[in-house]
Amino acid sequence: MAGNDAAPAARPLAIEARGLVKRFDGFTAVDGVDLSVPEGVIYGILGPNGAGKTTTLRMLLGIIDPDQGYRRVLGAERPHDVAHAIGYLPEERGLYPAMKATEAIAFVGALRGLPLKEGRRRARELLEQHGLGYAADRQIRQLSKGMAQQVQILGTLVHRPRLVIFDEPFSGLDALNQGRLEKMMRALAGEGTTVIFSTHVIAHAERLCDDVAIIAGGKVPFAGSVDVARDRIPAQVRLETRCGDGAWRAALPVEARRDGKSDGGAFWYFPLPAEGIEPLLRALIEGEAGILSLSIERAGLHDAFVAIAGEAAARALEQEKPGEARR
Amino acid sequence: MTSAGFDDIRPKGRLSTLAAARVVARRDFAAILFSRTFFFFLLGPLFPVIVGVLAGSVGQQVQQTVQRPELGVVMQPADARAMVETRNALAERLDDRLPHFLIVRALGPGEVYDPVRALEGRQANIAAILSGSPDSPVLTGPEGQVDEWRGDVAMVAAQARAGPLGPWPQVEVRTTTGSAASDRAGRLHTAQSAQVLLFLLTMMLAGMVLSNLVEEKGNKIIEVLAAAIPMEAVFLGKLFAMLAVSLVGIAVWGGVGGALYLAAGSAVPSLPTPAVGWPVLVGLGVIYFAMAYLLLGSVFLSIGSMATTVREVQTLSMPVTMMQLMIFFLASYAMTMPDSAVEMFTLVLPFSSPFAMLARAAQDPALWPHAAALVWQGFWVLLLVRAGASLFRTRVMKSGPTGARRTKKRWKKNSRNVPTG
Repeated sequence: MAGNDAAPAARPLAIEARGLVKRFDGFTAVDGVDLSVPEGVIYGILGPNGAGKTTTLRMLLGIIDPDQGYRRVLGAERPHDVAHAIGYLPEERGLYPAMKATEAIAFVGALRGLPLKEGRRRARELLEQHGLGYAADRQIRQLSKGMAQQVQILGTLVHRPRLVIFDEPFSGLDALNQGRLEKMMRALAGEGTTVIFSTHVIAHAERLCDDVAIIAGGKVPFAGSVDVARDRIPAQVRLETRCGDGAWRAALPVEARRDGKSDGGAFWYFPLPAEGIEPLLRALIEGEAGILSLSIERAGLHDAFVAIAGEAAARALEQEKPGEARR
Repeated sequence: MTSAGFDDIRPKGRLSTLAAARVVARRDFAAILFSRTFFFFLLGPLFPVIVGVLAGSVGQQVQQTVQRPELGVVMQPADARAMVETRNALAERLDDRLPHFLIVRALGPGEVYDPVRALEGRQANIAAILSGSPDSPVLTGPEGQVDEWRGDVAMVAAQARAGPLGPWPQVEVRTTTGSAASDRAGRLHTAQSAQVLLFLLTMMLAGMVLSNLVEEKGNKIIEVLAAAIPMEAVFLGKLFAMLAVSLVGIAVWGGVGGALYLAAGSAVPSLPTPAVGWPVLVGLGVIYFAMAYLLLGSVFLSIGSMATTVREVQTLSMPVTMMQLMIFFLASYAMTMPDSAVEMFTLVLPFSSPFAMLARAAQDPALWPHAAALVWQGFWVLLLVRAGASLFRTRVMKSGPTGARRTKKRWKKNSRNVPTG
């Protein structure tokens, strides 16, 4: 996914945060968050609404300061010092309704230090590249909500940042535009740009991310690669059989006999033995288990999320709908 | 998106606070200038000017009552007493429309006293001097003033001399170039007009800044700004954009006013020349207007940044508006009491300082206090902008503790029912 050939762990860090704490009126919104985001990766911050994702991102961007802990963004302790190298798409989207699309993009670039003239030129280029060239001189209020969101996303990228932070970027986008955004994020990472995004849609994180941080209740119970998260749950062997009575189980190794579970129908599930699948397969054949299909199943990120953050957090995550983001 | 040659075309470094403020100011300035809002802004002063003229007339009426110029009497004791008593008796029947007579000096036998000296000495609130005797009164003072009082003096002298049916004596008139009272009264009038103008402009603009920021929050773009540049830069940019808009407005109003003045010529009533002269007063007026607006605007910006609805804005800004109104009245009151503790208080208090200093410029020719006052006011502008930005960061940019609490409670509730793994 990333453009940098080095393994993510070996790369310099785009973001390093230790023990970030933020309280509002006595309520602890973020409680000791640690993050290490290598350069050039796509990094997902996963959690339900109210978990502390937006507050964490705002601290990383310098919009608010942490009450405790420290952050280092692109090597700077004050994020505003490297604002010219950061792009940010907030959860609460918004542009000046009377501005033309080109001007809106150039303005966001100008805030990051890009000269207006160059910003306008790049804005037209970006709009053309993304099929919105015809809207370049239209006012934002004349665009559909989806188009306006795309304009804002382009504004986030116009100054060619080294680090892009998207807060719930997929909310409000239709499936087609979600696909385009995913493609754009991959392209950015391919060019060496670090992409961080928060989401409560696990599928996006699973498809896109090298690394994820799971946030629940203001804490980060897990931060690491998606593979490591999934490995928290052992892989399992799924057997589809025509002999549902399970008489063949007598031929299985002790562990498989003990831990195997049936779904009550044609499927049985066994933990993947440490020595591999061959002994189990041999035993199934010898026991005449009536194999219809046999597969090794690795846990998905959703299962990992449930295991790490808990059922309650997972349920909260699932209950959220796009556009329900906390205001 | 291609990455070829990115590094040489990326921004080289972060914007300074002033450069960032310039980006915000440029956007706001252009957006407001080419909007309908600006058109209505230009029309806006029509109404306050009418109100201001009316208020000015009332104020002038009050001023005439409280600080009516007096006619100093310099005569032999018996004549002076007779004149004063007759005036008081007549005044009761004439609704107190006669000038107030004040015995400045009761002359001894054979004593000669030059009435011009009483005027030049700038004592009390004396606008003209009545000398001579009831038989042959001499009225000394500025031309306009003696012309106004000549008939009154003749009537009082006739009554004092021979009763209501007596012939009116010939009043000898000696005109001078001016008097302490007329100078002071005139300059007070100038100062009052300047203050009213300053106040109306400031209130109008501060309200516009407020609604501008609330609109910004409604557009949800505030977080884009806050992430890219320091909040101080956002606040400064917005303040200076509106200031620039207002200066364009002032230029338009000034142009229209000047054209009207030229067209109307002498039909337009003129204000007395201020102590520092008109060019300096106009210059100071613009500067103090900027300061008054920046001080009030920074407070209103802080309020606007915290409010989420128009109703909240109205609720939060009401006390500030009332406070500003009281400060204006305080500055107006202090203007009539030069060098008093009240005036000193209004000069030092940041929000009243521009009003008080402008009034002072109309009455006192010294310029150095203005330099000191501008430094003091500038310091407070920066302090308020920083405080407002800090307040914004600590109180506004949270992603909703209520929502977070609700969610956390929901989690806890769920956690009780479902075992977590």
